[in-house]
Amino acid sequence: MLSKNQKFKWSWLFYLAVLILAFIFPALNPGSYYIQVVSLAFIYAIAVYGLNLIEGYMGQLSLAQAGLFGFGAYAAALLTMKLQLSFWLAVPLASVLTAVVAFFIGLISFRTRGHYFVIFTLCIGVIINLVIQKWDAVTGGMNGLIGIPKPTPLGPISFDSLKAQYYLILVFLLLTVFVMYRLVNSLIGRTFVSIRNSEELAAALGINVMKNKILAFCVAAFFTGMAGSLYAAFIRFIGPDISSPTLTFEFLLYLLAGGQASIAGPIVGTLLMSGLTESLQFLRDYRLLLFGPLLILIVKFLPMGIVGLIHKLASRSPFRRSAAKSLNPSKTVKGEGL
Amino acid sequence: MSLFIQQIVNGLTLGSIYCLVALGLTLIYGIMEVPNFAHGHLYMVGAYVTFFGMTLYGLNYWVSALVAGIIIAILGVITERVVFNPLRHAPSSNRFIAALGAMMFLEAAARLLWGADFRSIPPVYDKVLSFAGVRVTEQRVIVIVAAILLIIALNLFLKRTIIGSSIEAVAQNPDGSSLVGINVNVVGMLTFAIASFLAAVAAALAGPIFLVFPTMGELIIMKAFVIIVIGGMGSIPGAIVGGYILGLTESLGATYISMDYKDVIAFLVLVIILTIKPTGLFAKGV
Repeated sequence: MLSKNQKFKWSWLFYLAVLILAFIFPALNPGSYYIQVVSLAFIYAIAVYGLNLIEGYMGQLSLAQAGLFGFGAYAAALLTMKLQLSFWLAVPLASVLTAVVAFFIGLISFRTRGHYFVIFTLCIGVIINLVIQKWDAVTGGMNGLIGIPKPTPLGPISFDSLKAQYYLILVFLLLTVFVMYRLVNSLIGRTFVSIRNSEELAAALGINVMKNKILAFCVAAFFTGMAGSLYAAFIRFIGPDISSPTLTFEFLLYLLAGGQASIAGPIVGTLLMSGLTESLQFLRDYRLLLFGPLLILIVKFLPMGIVGLIHKLASRSPFRRSAAKSLNPSKTVKGEGL
Repeated sequence: MSLFIQQIVNGLTLGSIYCLVALGLTLIYGIMEVPNFAHGHLYMVGAYVTFFGMTLYGLNYWVSALVAGIIIAILGVITERVVFNPLRHAPSSNRFIAALGAMMFLEAAARLLWGADFRSIPPVYDKVLSFAGVRVTEQRVIVIVAAILLIIALNLFLKRTIIGSSIEAVAQNPDGSSLVGINVNVVGMLTFAIASFLAAVAAALAGPIFLVFPTMGELIIMKAFVIIVIGGMGSIPGAIVGGYILGLTESLGATYISMDYKDVIAFLVLVIILTIKPTGLFAKGV
């Protein structure tokens, strides 16, 4: 029992250190380029947390995520540009709108299962992407929307500088992580996992499978839409590309690299892969040449991602014998770690 | 009226291409339960091979189509060996993700090797035939006829030859067929070869009508998925019927509903069909 407590303490110390690093990062003067890269990675990470909930914990691979991200971005952009709403109203409103759209998508799409569900959601993503491309009057078509207003000042705090925007996004990210952490460790989270492991068994226990699937999808969409609206306010220019299936595939790569069904996975994967993309600048357009095989290798050799690997190594170390049994995930059933 | 018939012909041309691509996809799904996302990108590589065969090496159109078919068949077998076979016993979402990986790789490789420019295969049969006010290029007739011939040949192969029936046997029951001495591995490779060959030939047929570019596989693979989901995954008649339905719907939809939204129509058809019948039109049930 002692070793388990000790592990608990160590991991919390580690998380605290990461948190402090995140807060002092802009003060280290890394240059505006890096602040921008990390801020963008944080925004994507929020969207990946959404995918993590629906694919990692719920076991339903939704490929409509970039479509929802784009929907959130366009919704926030239009709310601030056309209706002159403040950022603080537009972001929650856009997120809720995305969740409402997801509710209706979920009603239909969860009637299908397995590969049918994956292809169905992919089609939904493509439809959203095509509509954004073609609906010139509202979305600006291929030209996109330019000149989205910056986040509105909150009392005395203005968000004109890049550093201020970084902190703003960081706060949203922490909020997402906190909500996800509480959610997956609650009864609802356990319900999701039980449905992932066996729908029939969950149904036999009296769990309403359909209702829970839709709930997970809506919560995931809420955060994905939120990420989209933050993207709109941060980049201040959006085009149809941000809703293309390619972005969904990148989210998926981030999630798998980090480790699905873990709370640390999405942020680890997103930061790592974004960092890799930036350091391979010369590969810019050809990064998929590397990411494609990487995806295959991860699926084959590291199904639980980097976080899963760390857990596995930690549970193997001689000091953690007792933890080993409970944490070692079996090959077919996805394990979960913190 | 002649506009209507014109659109029917265009729809049949489009449907023929969709059929050939969807047939390969459904064959692979039937055998290995792999939703092969890379299939559309094999189609794309097939178009490029045909293009270079004709422009760079001055080969005859039919010869370069055949060469493309053979090269893509080999490429298909390689993807089966490298990507899908090692994941045979992995959970199904893992195979899906691996297929996405293969797709990303092929697209990036095409862009790196051949650039993002739009190219078009030089038309060989561009004479216009016209009867009763309907004008059709010879190429479109060739596409429709060739597709029908290939579909018949595939059916004869599957029903009348021993190798063909072994593919059907594996699709029905892999364990049972290995028990009676069918080498499931070889059948898997053979299926990938046939499917990829069909995709490459479809690309060669479509090449002179449509454009050739690195992302051309993306839309066609999604439409092929729409088709096999409509037709029931793994069902061969379903893929044929679904292919023509989609081709006709798109071509008529583009004329009578909206040109801008013609690609949306395909996906809307799927959404409507799955809303009414979540397992597809011809499925035996999941």
